[in-house]
Amino acid sequence: MITFLVRRLTLGLLVLWVITVAVFVLFFVAPHNVARLIAGKLATPQTVALVSQRLGLNKPVIDQYWMFLDRLGHGNLGYSFYSSEPVTSLLAGRIAVSASLALGAAVIWLAIGVSTGVLAATRPRSLPDRSLTALSLGFYSMPTFLLGIVVLYLLFFRLHLAGVDLFPGSGYVPLTADPLEWARHLALPWLSLALTAAAAYTRLTRAAMLDVLGEDFVRTAAAKGLTRTRVIYGHALRAAITPVTTQFGIDVGILLGGAVVTEQIFGLPGLGQIAVQSIVTQDLPVIIAIVTLASAFVVLANLVVDVVYAVLDPRVRLE
Amino acid sequence: MTMTMPVGTAAELGGAEAVRARTPLALAFERIRHDRMALACSIFIVLTTVAAIAAPLIAHLVGHGPDTQYLGTGLTPQGLPRPPTATFLFGTDDLGRDLLVRVVYGARISLLVGVTSSLSAMTIGVAVGVLAGYFRGITDAVLGRCIDVVLSLPFLLAAISLETVVGPSLLISILVIAFFSWAAVARIVRGQTLSIREKEFIEAARSIGTSDLRIIRVDVLPNLAAPVIVYTTLLIPASIAFEATLSYLGLGVVPPTPDWGNMLAEATGYYQVAWWFILFPGLALLAITLAFNLLGDSIRDALDPRGDSLLVALRRRR
Repeated sequence: MITFLVRRLTLGLLVLWVITVAVFVLFFVAPHNVARLIAGKLATPQTVALVSQRLGLNKPVIDQYWMFLDRLGHGNLGYSFYSSEPVTSLLAGRIAVSASLALGAAVIWLAIGVSTGVLAATRPRSLPDRSLTALSLGFYSMPTFLLGIVVLYLLFFRLHLAGVDLFPGSGYVPLTADPLEWARHLALPWLSLALTAAAAYTRLTRAAMLDVLGEDFVRTAAAKGLTRTRVIYGHALRAAITPVTTQFGIDVGILLGGAVVTEQIFGLPGLGQIAVQSIVTQDLPVIIAIVTLASAFVVLANLVVDVVYAVLDPRVRLE
Repeated sequence: MTMTMPVGTAAELGGAEAVRARTPLALAFERIRHDRMALACSIFIVLTTVAAIAAPLIAHLVGHGPDTQYLGTGLTPQGLPRPPTATFLFGTDDLGRDLLVRVVYGARISLLVGVTSSLSAMTIGVAVGVLAGYFRGITDAVLGRCIDVVLSLPFLLAAISLETVVGPSLLISILVIAFFSWAAVARIVRGQTLSIREKEFIEAARSIGTSDLRIIRVDVLPNLAAPVIVYTTLLIPASIAFEATLSYLGLGVVPPTPDWGNMLAEATGYYQVAWWFILFPGLALLAITLAFNLLGDSIRDALDPRGDSLLVALRRRR
């Protein structure tokens, strides 16, 4: 177990290192001149030179990378090229937005996905199974941004026309400020994220349950005279939930790094939004912080998933 | 071989036809042929492909160019898009262009990017997966780490960075999508290869001195056909959705080239006044991805009537 954790953490650090190098290389290969971009169109060559000197952009790439690692070692992610704000404080508020979005949606899609998946698997080839399978494939095929637009149109705009302003179309209210408004503002983003994801979970749960329901221990449980509910939820679902857990961990890990599309459609000031902004303006310290943070979430999620897997399923041994 | 089985009458067997031995692939094909859903999806995909190839012909028949702005007839006096009429069957967009023609042209990009990037991802994924699974040891360690790194990348952010740096274009979109898709294929193929290489027929081949290359070509690859075919069919809709998402974010195909993703991005600003502007590109996108997904499901059922196991390995992209 310890060796496993050490190995996985080393691998995780390797991944993060590769990613920071890749971002640096990409940034300096790019034909953009950031100093020029910051100094403005009318800037004299002297101003541009001054800007690039102030930001350390005139130093060799290796030195700049070293400076980045050095700062990182001191817990400092650097300062935005544009606002000169520390990157850490720039991201701090946005992590809460992305986390609210990701975790809320995750709860919804897990509830919908697993319950419909179990329903479909326990009545294979019945009408509910067939309609659920068809419906989930429909949502599964729908790109997130398309569903986002549809949700916005139907649940915000059409309702608004009908004189019902149930959900706002954009904006964010912190949980600490007003929990009810927080939920109201996040309801539509949650829904559009959760519906596409739930479809995948319905399919996943159904497939896993169908596999498990054919196994001997389920037959034994039924033969012991346990109720149908106990067999399905107490025995079969517990074994079938492991692949679902894996996918769940990975999906949440990815989403914590910012739901770029959903944040854009619903105007949420999360990590995904600032990521796109900083990529467009070539704000290197911010880009590298976000990409590394997002990758760290994925790496961490993978690790947690493996450990949880071993806990849930005693047959799994961590090498 | 003329061996008849004593089952049923000659009439039931369709005349005096001999019973033939059929390969698993032939059997699978037979199953797909009798699957009405698969047939419907295939027909839809073929029709869409034909329409995409014949897009200039359709534009000629309709009499509207894909990028031509019909400022007089295509816009309302207020300068807003026009709803569907006899002249503009799907209505017009914000610049007074014919949506029908643009949706048809959009199919070209979607299918081109979807199919080419999936095929490239499949080729790379199979190559890497087979090498890692067959040779194991240091090869597997190195290739396995590469797979892990690519799978840990926040792919949408990384794709956006790449596209911004290199500048958006069709080729870059294909490369980016292929780059972020091959690792999942490689992981599946590697797992399959690991189990295939332990089979007796591989041992037999090795014992008579067959070279590694020949074993891979003759014994390993054909046994990978089923999962690879299924996975590629399911990768195409994912790639199409990925491409549309990139274009929606303004990073794929550059306007004015018609593309479902960038049409939907333009339409987002008009969703309160022009429902058709969202409906038709959105419907086209949904229909083609749904058709490929349904077809992929049917192929999977036909190749492996028992299992949904491959689906479990499929990673959702967002």
